[in-house]
Amino acid sequence: MTSSPDVEGDLVINIGPQHPATHGVLHLVITLNGETIKKVDPHLGYIHRSIEKMCESLSFRQFIYVTSKMDYLSSHINNHGCALCVEKGLQIEVPARAQVIRVLMDELTRLASHQLWWGAMAMDVGALTPFFLAFREREMINDIMEETCGTRLTMNYMVPGGVMADVHPNFQRRVNEFIKHFKNKIDEYDELVTGNVIFQNRTKDVGYISKEDAISYGMTGPSARASGVQCDIRKLYPYGLYDKLQFDEIIETEGDSFARYMVRMKEMRQSLSIVEQLIDNIPEGDFQAKTKAVLKLPKGEFYSRVETARGEFGVYIVSEGGTTPYRIKFRSPGFSNLSALDHMARGSKIGDLVAMMGTLDLVIPDIDR
Amino acid sequence: MTNEDLKIKLSELLPAVTFEEGGQWLNVNIESTDWLPFAKQLRNSPALNFDYLFCLTCVDWKTHLTMVYHLESTTYRHTIVVKSKLDRNKPEIETVSLIWRTADFHEREVYELFGVKFLNHPDLRLLILPDGWEGKNPLRKDFEDPVNMIKL
Repeated sequence: MTSSPDVEGDLVINIGPQHPATHGVLHLVITLNGETIKKVDPHLGYIHRSIEKMCESLSFRQFIYVTSKMDYLSSHINNHGCALCVEKGLQIEVPARAQVIRVLMDELTRLASHQLWWGAMAMDVGALTPFFLAFREREMINDIMEETCGTRLTMNYMVPGGVMADVHPNFQRRVNEFIKHFKNKIDEYDELVTGNVIFQNRTKDVGYISKEDAISYGMTGPSARASGVQCDIRKLYPYGLYDKLQFDEIIETEGDSFARYMVRMKEMRQSLSIVEQLIDNIPEGDFQAKTKAVLKLPKGEFYSRVETARGEFGVYIVSEGGTTPYRIKFRSPGFSNLSALDHMARGSKIGDLVAMMGTLDLVIPDIDR
Repeated sequence: MTNEDLKIKLSELLPAVTFEEGGQWLNVNIESTDWLPFAKQLRNSPALNFDYLFCLTCVDWKTHLTMVYHLESTTYRHTIVVKSKLDRNKPEIETVSLIWRTADFHEREVYELFGVKFLNHPDLRLLILPDGWEGKNPLRKDFEDPVNMIKL
């Protein structure tokens, strides 16, 4: 796996596949000159499960469950994207109650994902306490999920036509408790890390990427919005209830690691506001539309786009009119975001690489699929 | 630009294109040999400005392969899907990784999973699969793996 350097005096080192800063089995082969990075070459596939091939033999109800295992921190949103794509093909109307529950779940997932990222990111640059604080709040969301969906991580809660079961009777109360709790804690997050001089020195002017390059590399999500790219699918191509909600798309223009950090911090407040808007306004009614037992998508191609915590997630289904998809492609945000790492890191010091990877918020199963 | 405007504009750029409508977006079918100059025009024409390649993939139709490119303009927000048929026994198409940098990884993925050769790609190596997998293409319809379970 290790290649010898092209130039005499260069050093080739491996980061990963087992390394605490890659947060998963990511393998980077890095060419160094002294401490300066000349090239970053990601070797992927350590957790490749060929999900796209697997889906070809699963029905239009079953394949959604596999997608929770891709970006396990955004599993609700992955499921949502797949459900949307099937609904698009079958023209299923989703009941209002299910729409609200879906958006609530999506935003709670986004919060949980950003919390974990915040803790892990701070840990990467040397601060250990935030990791424990982030888990304290994340645990509350996981408990809420567990009560309603039965699992804490890979929920498999969204189905074509709505959600699998109604929310737990405690749902509203516990989410309200969480909102009250987290509102103070998010200020604490800022106090602890954002304003910290050491943290700012580690992240400012590190891993710069311009707006043009970010678009060209197909970067999406908070990582691209930090470079000034307008790419929030919730705003551009609203799905679910997002066109009826009050929230801002966070854009920063600096394009460095600190800007990427700031976008996610501000996004947490937006997600919290969305949850607040909806939690006391869940309409009565069905949580699932009536659908046939066996779903058959008409012959054709269907594409749905959703905004996960990491960026644009696309589901491309080619159907031949049968009960299983002929071909499925998942456009995962992490895959494209990672491809920009080489461009970002060239010329930087090796010590800064961790600050770049941390703010790209890479989830390896999402990249490998 | 609306689909009608896009059709007129694209036909001017490449008279041989054919269109398919009815889906979510305008489908543009081209010959694989026309792809590179056509792609350059899509990216560089100020009226089109397709700067965002948000999905690149391939479909195995058993008789042939089809490359599928989803393109969007971040300034005008119009979207097209470019498709090109490839010979299944000798699939070859020009790389567009120098036009849209994201194509670099996506083309490497299609290369190993479908066996499509991207001509003039700067670094066409296996990305996901382990060394020694060249020639076996897991996402082709006739791929069978007796050892690792791939069908459920």
